[in-house]
Amino acid sequence: MQTISKEKIYSWLEEVKDPEIPVLSLVDLGVITGVGIEDETVHIEMTPTFVGCPAMDMMKQEVIEVLNKHGVENVSVNISFKEPWSSDKISAKGRQALKQFGLAPPPPGNLFTDIDILEHAQCPRCNGSNTDLKNPFGPTLCRSIHYCNDCKEAFEQFKPL
Amino acid sequence: MNELALKELLYKMADDQLILGHRNSEWTGFGPLLEEDIAFSSMAQDKIGQSHALYSILHSLGEQEPDTIAFTRHADQFHNCLLTELPNGEYDFSLIRHFLYDTAEIIRFDMLTQSSFKPVAELAVKVRAELRYHTLHANTWVKQLGSATEESISRLQHSLEYALPYALGIFEESPYEKELIAEGIFGGEQALKEKWKTKVEEVINQTQLQLPDWKTMQPILGGRKGKHSEHLQPLLDEMSEVFNIDPTAEW
Repeated sequence: MQTISKEKIYSWLEEVKDPEIPVLSLVDLGVITGVGIEDETVHIEMTPTFVGCPAMDMMKQEVIEVLNKHGVENVSVNISFKEPWSSDKISAKGRQALKQFGLAPPPPGNLFTDIDILEHAQCPRCNGSNTDLKNPFGPTLCRSIHYCNDCKEAFEQFKPL
Repeated sequence: MNELALKELLYKMADDQLILGHRNSEWTGFGPLLEEDIAFSSMAQDKIGQSHALYSILHSLGEQEPDTIAFTRHADQFHNCLLTELPNGEYDFSLIRHFLYDTAEIIRFDMLTQSSFKPVAELAVKVRAELRYHTLHANTWVKQLGSATEESISRLQHSLEYALPYALGIFEESPYEKELIAEGIFGGEQALKEKWKTKVEEVINQTQLQLPDWKTMQPILGGRKGKHSEHLQPLLDEMSEVFNIDPTAEW
């Protein structure tokens, strides 16, 4: 166990994806807020994107399974709000993955002072901003619904939080 | 820390979120627009998730499991305010209730980010951010429909006048107000109510709706002490119907 580094753990956790956005790892999503190694046990700190996120238990289970698969037998996962998630925690690699998946990455959280910032989200297909907000609520808690007037297609954005 | 005071506060907040979350979920499949159907369903999921987080803090303080707390209590053991349990009625009432309640709730969680009780302060940072979507949604629709047609204005006006006395019941005082304030757990219902009034006025003044004089309003109280309307128990019966078929089932 002494030979396992935190970096190694993080690289294994790259294998666990957000069940609703299968191109985005939990590490890139920013919900892994801490990794600790103590004797024979690996401690993982996680925080939900939204408090009511129904995928949390599933993600926690997958974290345990992936680390077990790599030979870490004792894994403890603690879910807390000590370091609350915000959309700014999504990594640059994660933002790129979201875009390729067809989901507009969230604008910086500090710009989200009014609903106006959501009004003309950048279309992930054409990069244009000739778009309209259709609904600040979407198919999952973390997505809003938009329409691109140039592509004539609806798209979703990962909500700034 | 005064644990009785803290628990009383957590119970009423969690019960508010659970009961209004359930009411919001009753719009699923019935919204006047598909977008509103999704909005109320999403807000339901947020609120029920937030109630779960609050019940989990209570569990860490020695209370029962969140599911047991949510699904096995009788109406007179709930501490939600009456506003949250009223039937959805028509869309105008649901919108006005959503506006009046969430305006108070986001201020409550904003105040709680300063709480001396760390687990609540940490959760409050998170919930406050989520509730912004709820208040933005409410404000957008109240401003639009509050200045749209004669019918939309009169419907909202009627619902506003009906809901306001119940909304004042949100701020029914706890027997522990002094302790909560003195120990820095929560700034108190009076302080919350004053901030809420200012915000409600700010939004309503941007519409053609008329806010009645606060002095003429008589708050409808009782919810915080377990005295509920005839509407709560049927809601609880429906909410816990599946749970009660087999309370020991593993999900």
